[in-house]
Amino acid sequence: MSKDAFKNTELIQASLKKRYARERRFQLFGKLAVLLGFVFLFILLFDIVSKGTPAFTQKQLQIAVDFDPDKLGVDASASAEQLRQANFNAVIKSSLRDMFPEVTSRGDKKRLYRLVSIGAEYALRDRVIEDPSLIGQRKDFWLLAHSEAAGYLKGQISRELPEVERKVKDIQMDWLDQLRDKGLTKSSFNTLFFLEGDSREPELAGIRAALQGSFFTLVVTFLLAFPIGVFAAVYLEEFAPRNRITDLIEININNLAAVPSIVFGLLGLAVFINFFELPRSAPLVGGIVLSLMTLPTIIITSRASIQAVSPSIREAALGVGASKIQTVFHHVLPVAMPGILTGSIIGMAQALGESAPLLMIGMVAFIMEVPGGVTDPSTVLPVQIFLWADSPERGFTEKTSAAIMVLMGFLIVMNALAIYLRRRFEVK
Amino acid sequence: MQTSTVFLTLVALCAVSFFIGRHKSRLIGMAGGGLQTLHSLPVHYGYMAALWAGLPALLVFIVWLGVEAPVIRNLVIAELPAEVLALSLDELGLYYNQVVGVALGSVDVGVVDANQVTAAHRYNELLTASRGLKMLLVSLVAVIGGLLAVMRVKPDLRARNHVEDIFTWVLFACSSIAVFTTLGIVLSVLFEAVRFFQVIPMNDFLFGLQWSPQMAIRADQVGASGSFGFIPLLVGTLLISMVAMLIAVPIGLMSAIYLSEYASRRFRAVTKPVLEILAGVPTVVYGFFAALTVAPFIRNLGESIGLSVASESALAAGLVMGIMIIPFVMSLSDDIISAVPNTLREASLGMGATMSETIRKVLLPAALPGIVGGILLAVSRAIGETMIVVMAAGLSAKLTINPLEAVTTITVQIVTLLVGDQEFDSPKTLAAFALGLVLFFVTLLLNVIALYVVRKYREQYE
Repeated sequence: MSKDAFKNTELIQASLKKRYARERRFQLFGKLAVLLGFVFLFILLFDIVSKGTPAFTQKQLQIAVDFDPDKLGVDASASAEQLRQANFNAVIKSSLRDMFPEVTSRGDKKRLYRLVSIGAEYALRDRVIEDPSLIGQRKDFWLLAHSEAAGYLKGQISRELPEVERKVKDIQMDWLDQLRDKGLTKSSFNTLFFLEGDSREPELAGIRAALQGSFFTLVVTFLLAFPIGVFAAVYLEEFAPRNRITDLIEININNLAAVPSIVFGLLGLAVFINFFELPRSAPLVGGIVLSLMTLPTIIITSRASIQAVSPSIREAALGVGASKIQTVFHHVLPVAMPGILTGSIIGMAQALGESAPLLMIGMVAFIMEVPGGVTDPSTVLPVQIFLWADSPERGFTEKTSAAIMVLMGFLIVMNALAIYLRRRFEVK
Repeated sequence: MQTSTVFLTLVALCAVSFFIGRHKSRLIGMAGGGLQTLHSLPVHYGYMAALWAGLPALLVFIVWLGVEAPVIRNLVIAELPAEVLALSLDELGLYYNQVVGVALGSVDVGVVDANQVTAAHRYNELLTASRGLKMLLVSLVAVIGGLLAVMRVKPDLRARNHVEDIFTWVLFACSSIAVFTTLGIVLSVLFEAVRFFQVIPMNDFLFGLQWSPQMAIRADQVGASGSFGFIPLLVGTLLISMVAMLIAVPIGLMSAIYLSEYASRRFRAVTKPVLEILAGVPTVVYGFFAALTVAPFIRNLGESIGLSVASESALAAGLVMGIMIIPFVMSLSDDIISAVPNTLREASLGMGATMSETIRKVLLPAALPGIVGGILLAVSRAIGETMIVVMAAGLSAKLTINPLEAVTTITVQIVTLLVGDQEFDSPKTLAAFALGLVLFFVTLLLNVIALYVVRKYREQYE
C-alpha cells in the first residue's frame, strides 16, 4: 500500500513538468489571442489614418493668370451674368502655356492642362465677379492642383513606377518639380473637404452633403426612436400585465435586435417607398428605417435602467397619492434618464454607422447639393464612404479614409459621451 | 407643404383647447371654493380637452391622407376619353403617372397629348378642393372635440383618469410597434417573394445550381430568362461565414478565457473596452479595409508562394468579417464562462488540477451549451452581414468551396439586384425579396435556437 502511494507520487512528480508546460502554453495562447485582437485593431486604425491624413491637405499651384478679354470673350463692362458665361478655361490654359512656353505638342499641352483642377475655373470666375476690374490684368493666383498632380506633390506617386502604370507622366513630374523649386507650390488645410458636396473630381469632393444628410437622418431617427423606445420600455416595465400579448411583444423585440440590418432596408423599400410612396433617397425614410432598427437597443437598455430604479421611490410617490402615470413620469423616469440616454446614444451611434438598409432605399445616389430638409435627396456619411471606396480614381482612396476618420471621430465622441454619462450617474 | 400646414393647425387647435380647458376648470374650481374641490388638477382638464380635440381630428386627417390619392385617381380616370380607358392596366398607370407629372410640373407639357393636359388641370382642381376640404374637416372635428370636452368640465369629472387611460393606450401602442415591424417585414418580404415564385418555380430557386439573374429586356432576346438557383449563393455565404468563424471563435474564445480566468482586474478593465472598439467600427469601414488592404495583401501573398488568388477572394472578406465578430464572440463567451458557478472551479483546483486543466476539463464542458448558443448568434450575424461582402466579395455566383476564389453571398445579391433604377415587377427585383425571405428565416431560426440554448443553460445554474 505504502509502496503504491510512493509510486503514485513519483508518477505525479514526473508528469508535473509536462502539465506545467501545458499550462504555460495554454496561457500563452490566451495572451496571443488578446494580442491578435490588439494587432488587428492597430492595423485597421493605422491603415485608415495613414491613408486618410493626406486628404486633409490640399496642394495649390501659383499661376500668373492673364485675364485677356479676348480669351474670356467679355470685357470689364460685362454684367455678372455675362461674366458667369465667360471662358475662364481658356484663360487658365493660355496662362499655363505662357509659363511653360517650350510645350508645343498637342499631347503635352493636354498633360499640362491636367495639372490644374477643373474647380480652378470656378474659383477664378467667382474672383472676377467679385472684382471685374481684374479683366485685362495679369495677376498671380493660387489655383487648386489636379488630384493626380497633388498626389505627386504629396509624394504618393514615385518615379520608380513604370510610366505606363501611373497617371502622372514623367513630363508632368518635371513641370511640377520646376514649380516646386521656384516656390510656386504650397500646401494648405483642405477646407473644401468639409464645405463641399460630392464631386466627380477627387480634389473637389467633400463630405458636407453627406454630413448634413447624416444629421437629418439622425434627427428623424432620434425623434422617432427615443420617445417610442422610452414609452415602450415604460409600458413593458410598469404597466404590462403578464399575458400572451406582452410575451409576444417581448419576443418580437428580442428577435428584431438580431434581424440583419439589410432586411430593414427591404421593409423600408416595400412599405415606405412602394406602398406609402414616400420620396426615395430622403433622410425621412432613412430615419424611419433606422429608428425601427435602433428601437430594440433603446427599449432593452431603457428597461434595464427603469428596472434599476429603487422601488422605494415608486412607493413613496404612490403613497402620497400620485397616480401610476405621475409616479413613472415625475419620479421614475428622471432617475432612470442617464441610463436611458446612454442606451439611446449608443443606439444613435449604431444608426450613424449603418449603411446597408440605406442602400435599399436609394440613398446611394450621387448627390452634389447639400440637402436642405428631410425630404431632399441626400446621402449619409457611411454611404458616401461606400461610394468613394468604389471609385477607381486614386484620389478617392485618401478621401475615403479621411471620411472614415471623420465618421469614427463622431462615433468616438458619442461613445465617450455615453461612457461619461454612465460613470457620472452610476455613483449616485 | 399643405400637409404640414394642416398638421400645424391641428397642433394649434389642441393647444387652444388645452388652455381653455385648464382655464375653465380653474374658474369652476375657484367658484366652488378652491381648487381642491376639483377631482383632478386643472392641467388634467387641459390635457383632456387637448386630447379630445386632437385624437379624432388626427384620425380623420390620416384617413384622408390615405384615401386622397386613390380617390382623385379614380375621379380623373373616369373622365378620360374611352380610347384611353381601353388601354391595359399597366399602360393606363403609365398614362396617369404622366398626367400627375404634368400637374406637378415635373413632366414637360410638350411630351403629352391634349387629353392628358386637360386631365392634369382636372387633377389640380381636385387636389386643391381636396386640400381645402381636408383642412376644413380636420379643423371642424378638432373644434367640436375640444368644445365637447370643455363643456364637460365639472368638479366631479375624473379628468386625470381619462387622460391617463388614453396615455396608457399610447404607451401600449408604442410597445406594439415591435410586433408591427416584424409583421411588416414578414408581409412585405413574403408578398413579393410569392409573386417571385409565381414566375420562377420554388424548386428551381431552392435547388438550382445556377445563379445569373440577367433578365432580357425584350422578350425575343437570346437567353431571355435568367436562372435563379439559390445554392451557389448559400454555399458562398456559408463559405465566407465559415472563414469568419475560424478566425473569430478561437481568438474570441481564448481572449474571453484569458481575460476572465487569468488576467488581473486592471488588465481586464483596460483590455476589454479596447477590444470592444472593434465591435463599434462601422461595417463599411471593415469593407473598405477588406477591399483595399486585406484583399491585395492576400493576393500578393498567394502569388508569392505560387497560388492564384482571386482579387475578391472569400478569404479576404471572411478574414475581415472574423475580425469584426471577435468582440461579439468574446463578450458572449465571457458572460457564459463567468456564469459557471465558482464551486466547480474551486473543486477542480482543490483536487490539484492546474488552471488550464480546470478550464478545459471542467469550465468549458460546463459552459459548452452556452458557448454553442453564442457561436450560433455569431453565425447569424455573419450570414446577415452586408457591407463587408458587398465591398470585398465577388458578384458572380460560382459554386465552389475554395476560399481563394471569388464567391458571392445572399446579401451581396440583394444589394446588387435592388440598387439602381429598376422596374419593380421584374423577377430580378422580386428575387431580391425572395432572398430576403430566406435570409430573414435563416437568421431567425438561428437566433431562436441560440436564445433557447442559452436560456436553458442559464436555468441550469440558477
